[in-house]
Amino acid sequence: MGVTSLVPSSADDPLTYRPVALVDLLDRVLATGVVITGDITIAIADVDLVRISLRALIASVGALAPPELEPAEVEVQP
Amino acid sequence: MSTTADRTSAAALDTGVWLHGVVAEADPATLAGITGIAGTPVRTVAAAGLVAVVSDAPLTEYGEEALRRNLEDLAWLERAARSHHAVVDALSRAGAVVPARLATVYRDDDRAARALVERRDELTATLARLTGREEWGVKGYVVPGATPRVEEPAGGGGAGAAYLRRRRAQLSAREEGQRIAADAAAAVHTALAGCAVAARRHAPQDRRLSGAPTAMVLNGAYLIDRDGLDAFSALIGALADRHPEIRLELTGPWPPYSFVAEPEPHPVRGAA
Repeated sequence: MGVTSLVPSSADDPLTYRPVALVDLLDRVLATGVVITGDITIAIADVDLVRISLRALIASVGALAPPELEPAEVEVQP
Repeated sequence: MSTTADRTSAAALDTGVWLHGVVAEADPATLAGITGIAGTPVRTVAAAGLVAVVSDAPLTEYGEEALRRNLEDLAWLERAARSHHAVVDALSRAGAVVPARLATVYRDDDRAARALVERRDELTATLARLTGREEWGVKGYVVPGATPRVEEPAGGGGAGAAYLRRRRAQLSAREEGQRIAADAAAAVHTALAGCAVAARRHAPQDRRLSGAPTAMVLNGAYLIDRDGLDAFSALIGALADRHPEIRLELTGPWPPYSFVAEPEPHPVRGAA
């Protein structure tokens, strides 16, 4: 199989420009990124954030997407 | 920092300071061309030889209570993630940046400055480690039918027994396919990590989120020297040829979200 190359933010060649996929972005901005504890998000800037948001995402996307033919591969925390 | 005269105006009390990332120095021209989290200007808070790149965030939308509600809203989350990323991405094009996790909000500039002072050594070291490097993502998906076919089992019995045998064979073939794809993903990750400054695997993405037609078996992130990008690309091509059982997809360059230092486990973790 070949490699599909997505260069999300290179505008050098408009033909290869693809917007960053939201799911790829969320992998990074929610689960990683340095936690410099903010005053307000002291409890939010935690693993809970990821769990809450993923649940919301799946609920939102699930309402639009057709049902899966087989179970998804990734478990979502209850 | 302990003076009570700071930020006592009503506007200040209603506004938090959203952290986008930390840099060694910020070029005003870079900042002028971008907007912050709430469409507000991007500005800097300097302390300890470091610069926090921030934007003002109204607490009615970005305070703790509001965030808890808004982070559950896909449209809001997407807009916030993209706004935050636009700033981090612009910074990463101008030099090394330590990206902040989404939703890191300070009460005021002094609090943001204090965070820089408290974590100066770690942040400075991280910036040095990230200089001249960028993150690339490599995702791997199962390729249906690329795994060995299981032979139609022979045997006696009626149509029902034959169906059951066939069904069992299909299921075990699928399991075998998953296992082979997982092994290939591990081999690809090990090889790519060997060519990278640092590497990590994110959890595979849920197909309901990604819309991918087949299961993801690799969601890797790799910190690459800019000089080494050609070699990394060539390696991906070679690995794709060597492992037809998975389809590889390259994304990037990303700001180094996946490679900022993780702090010690936070004592307030259970306080949510």
